[in-house]
Amino acid sequence: MIKFNLFVLPFSLGLIYIIASIFRHYYRWIKTLPAVDKIKLSAGMRSPSKVMDSLKEIILESLIHRKLWKKNPLLGYMHMSFALGWFLLIVVGNLESRIYHGSHFNAPYYPIFLKFFIHDRLVLFFEVFSVPAFFRFIMDFLLLFVLSGLILAIIKRRRSKWFGLNRTTGHNLFDRMVLTCLWLIFPMRLLAESLTAGYFGGGGGFLTQNLGTLLVNILPFPAENTAYFFWWSYSVVLGLFFVMMPNSRYMHIPSELLLIVFRHCGIQPKKWDSSYTALETYSCSRCGVCLDACQLNFAAGIQKIQAVYFIRDQRDQFVPEDITLTCMVCGRCQEICPVGIHVDSVRLIKRRELSSGQVSDFSFISNRHPGYAEVVYFAGCMSHLTPSVPRAMEGILKKAGVDYLFLDRNGSICCGRPLMLAGKDKQANELLEFNKNLIRQTRARLLVTSCPICYKVFREEYNLPIRIQHHSQFLLDLVKNGKIALQSQHRKIVYHDPCDLGRGGNIYSAPRELLGKISDIVGCEHENGDALCCGGSLGLFRTSLSKRDEITKNALSSLLARHPDLLVTACPLCKKTFLRHSPVPVMDLAEMIYDSIPGNHGKQLKPAPLRQDPVSVMS
Amino acid sequence: MENSVIVIGGGIAGITAAATMSGNGLKVTLIERNNKLGGHVSEWSRLFPDRRKASEVIDYLEAGLGETKIISGCSVNGIINHDNSFTVLTDTAGSITAEALLIATGFDLFRAAIKEEYGYGIYNNVITSAEFEEMLDSRAGVLTANGRVPKRIGVIHCVGSRDEKVGNLYCSKVCCVTGVKQAIELKEMYPDSEVYCFYMDLRMFDRHFEELYYEAQQKWGVSFIRGRLSECAENADGSIVVKTEDTLTGKPLKMSVDLLILLVGIVPSPGTGRIAGMLGLKTGEDGFINSVDAHTMDNSSGIPGVFLAGALKGPASVNSVIADARAAAVQAMAWLSTNKTVNA
Amino acid sequence: MLDFGYTISIDRQIDLDRGDMRYIEFVKAIDPSLDICIGCGSCTATCTAGNFTDFNIRRLHTSIRRGDTKSLKQEIRKCMFCGKCQLVCPRGVNLRNVILSLNQAIERLG
Repeated sequence: MIKFNLFVLPFSLGLIYIIASIFRHYYRWIKTLPAVDKIKLSAGMRSPSKVMDSLKEIILESLIHRKLWKKNPLLGYMHMSFALGWFLLIVVGNLESRIYHGSHFNAPYYPIFLKFFIHDRLVLFFEVFSVPAFFRFIMDFLLLFVLSGLILAIIKRRRSKWFGLNRTTGHNLFDRMVLTCLWLIFPMRLLAESLTAGYFGGGGGFLTQNLGTLLVNILPFPAENTAYFFWWSYSVVLGLFFVMMPNSRYMHIPSELLLIVFRHCGIQPKKWDSSYTALETYSCSRCGVCLDACQLNFAAGIQKIQAVYFIRDQRDQFVPEDITLTCMVCGRCQEICPVGIHVDSVRLIKRRELSSGQVSDFSFISNRHPGYAEVVYFAGCMSHLTPSVPRAMEGILKKAGVDYLFLDRNGSICCGRPLMLAGKDKQANELLEFNKNLIRQTRARLLVTSCPICYKVFREEYNLPIRIQHHSQFLLDLVKNGKIALQSQHRKIVYHDPCDLGRGGNIYSAPRELLGKISDIVGCEHENGDALCCGGSLGLFRTSLSKRDEITKNALSSLLARHPDLLVTACPLCKKTFLRHSPVPVMDLAEMIYDSIPGNHGKQLKPAPLRQDPVSVMS
Repeated sequence: MENSVIVIGGGIAGITAAATMSGNGLKVTLIERNNKLGGHVSEWSRLFPDRRKASEVIDYLEAGLGETKIISGCSVNGIINHDNSFTVLTDTAGSITAEALLIATGFDLFRAAIKEEYGYGIYNNVITSAEFEEMLDSRAGVLTANGRVPKRIGVIHCVGSRDEKVGNLYCSKVCCVTGVKQAIELKEMYPDSEVYCFYMDLRMFDRHFEELYYEAQQKWGVSFIRGRLSECAENADGSIVVKTEDTLTGKPLKMSVDLLILLVGIVPSPGTGRIAGMLGLKTGEDGFINSVDAHTMDNSSGIPGVFLAGALKGPASVNSVIADARAAAVQAMAWLSTNKTVNA
Repeated sequence: MLDFGYTISIDRQIDLDRGDMRYIEFVKAIDPSLDICIGCGSCTATCTAGNFTDFNIRRLHTSIRRGDTKSLKQEIRKCMFCGKCQLVCPRGVNLRNVILSLNQAIERLG
């Protein structure tokens, strides 16, 4: 006997639609993978460890939402209750229905609407540990679990601060409609199951049975009809949700699963819009956690451009230019995203599209032979505006007796990363080739730079066969190898993690270890991966100087909250940016180290020779 | 009441105001943070436009102090406004009372080290205009860091002024004419040298200034290049390489100079900020004190009994500060003699 | 306008009656900060590309504001986007964004 009622149709049709849609998307994402990634995928799916890793992450992140728990327990619980609760309702419900239905043919709607088709008598006291009673208890418990999350979700729209969020995502009309459907699903289920249990005097658990009995007593309408109305409502709301889901944020549910698998198989985002990036845009649940991380938001009051809105627009295939170009590419949103979306990569992909038709002409750069050395030092463009940094480096290099060459002492062309931040990767290639050639000609074994922006591009784009170090790592090595000795300075310093060195280069401990040898480092609220951007970002285009100043001042007040005597950073652009507003002296790492070499304190650095003849007005 | 008026600040504004008031029979106490009076002008060699000695002006003003009680080497820690009188709490002279206050806390010079790309504090041959004035009066005279006579000197205008990047958007008014003056002094000292002034605009705003500029060009052969210094570097011999754009020919320009003089701008003194905080004086966005009305009541602070004189209100030249201080003194005297009804 | 019987070569003077203001209008709509430029020349002085070639960014953006766009397309390609010009500007002109917007203007307006 097949259990069927007309009301299951909306749900069933919706279910068919959403499953077809998910398959269509999965097919497209997998089919449009480049060949090399397809190989990675199939290899990964055949590797037990990769499959286990994927499953583990799916359970920990997609169901339990561990990263969100870490951000705020209430927030984590809320997301977990929906995800895990609904998942378990489906799984346990399926288990329960198989036991009852007794055959292997199980219509998909059957477990969902089980309580309509099956009515148990009331469980007697001594039957409390029987299987039916167990299931009734579990299902009611899970329903309560989900409903508790629903209540929290409703509260969150009003009191987001309780959930650790100053701002929540401003959803568009469609998302709000789907949200309403989702929120109605479980109350409808509760009412439908309760009324049925109440009417039949049995079949419900501790929640539904008692609620049902109460409702049946106080309702002025016939209970069976009312129950039937709510079964219809339940099905309709579910069907609507499924039908609207492909265009809504809830597509993140199936997308995220595939994304986790892709990631564990080693598939990476590309520099252009690819299947992986498309999948990432669908995986964004619009949870809004990135909003609070964005300094343009909380320090400068710029609100329409954050990661969640950008990814949403990217998914809808229309991103306004302002949004693409108003981002510091500092990585804070990417760092905190619970799904691990590479927001910065997507931002740069869009910028490449914007710049693709534009042409550069760097034919004016001509080769020169730089000379030979063991170590080549590249200071970077910005260092010419903070000359104390290269001069300190040279002082240290000389003291340590290093055979070095200061590659851009008389100025040189840019490393190329600022061009890439504008999306002009193709155009930057000429600069890269020139610089690579220059570096190769020195036959050096080590490239040291005092600028994190240069460091990042050297490491990631240059493909040089030589070792590359940021000056913090290099100086630490010098100290550890006994090439220079340091004297303690007894100052209270705070260290600022530059974006491209910390989040961008994964170097957090070397500068601290180095500074720790000469001074007390007093911490600050936002450090390491959570460090604030100074505001000087070369990734930010469409924002005025006064707004940038707000960001700088805000970052400074956080850095200086514990009243250090000195602010130390490891990036010339950060130094220049902070100097404008800092009430406390700002120094680069290199300057501090030079100052700490015994005998150097307060000493004037000797002048560095220039190779060019001083030319007068005629060019 | 101990005093009619306490003057806070012993630069030329404070001295002039105190002298005017005590010369009119008021009991005046003058408090100065440093050990000697005269402020910045006492460290200057010669004043524009006629290049007369600054010490003459200081001597003249100090001679008028008469019965004024002078407390030097003393800082103000707090001020209590009793509505009818004031108590000034100092660190070394206890507390002093008066019926009125005249604030003359003056200015400071922009700390050139902040503009790191100009090399002050990094390269030995980069000095400020103030240091140049000291050199003029010193026995050794004006020499490069290794004791040689400079053959080529660069003078940089607008250091720390008209510069968003150091937070001072305003023009410091007096540095342009100072630069022209110092250029002439250099040429007078070393007729064979080359002197280059790098400017954005030449603000020759007062009587005889434009003539000074003309004289610098015509009589002394000073070169003027319209271009703002972006950064400088150092040669092996310690000379400074200057990098600007010669905007009038539209070409980048580079040259070496043996000595680089930075015309540092005027910023509010720390004392101004502190006293303003103690009294609740209104400051503008640029940090200088706002008077009640810049045209008609420029010596009134808005607080009855508190009068303002001098560069604490903004960049000013010596002659205008002296005039302003006398005006402030007269306003204070009128207030006191009309039973505190006029010029509140 | 009187006809003197000869034409002055258009290249040699700035003619504010006949300038091509489309580019500066396009840029202004995105970023109006160029309005506060005082022409001090710091940007040109510090320019990385200016070290190697004739590229003069101050002259370029001043010319565009006068409607003289003759050398715009050729010259603007030399910019490396290093950002030093913006860092030294005393007025706070968002010059790097202006140059990016100029690139877009050239793409859209031809």
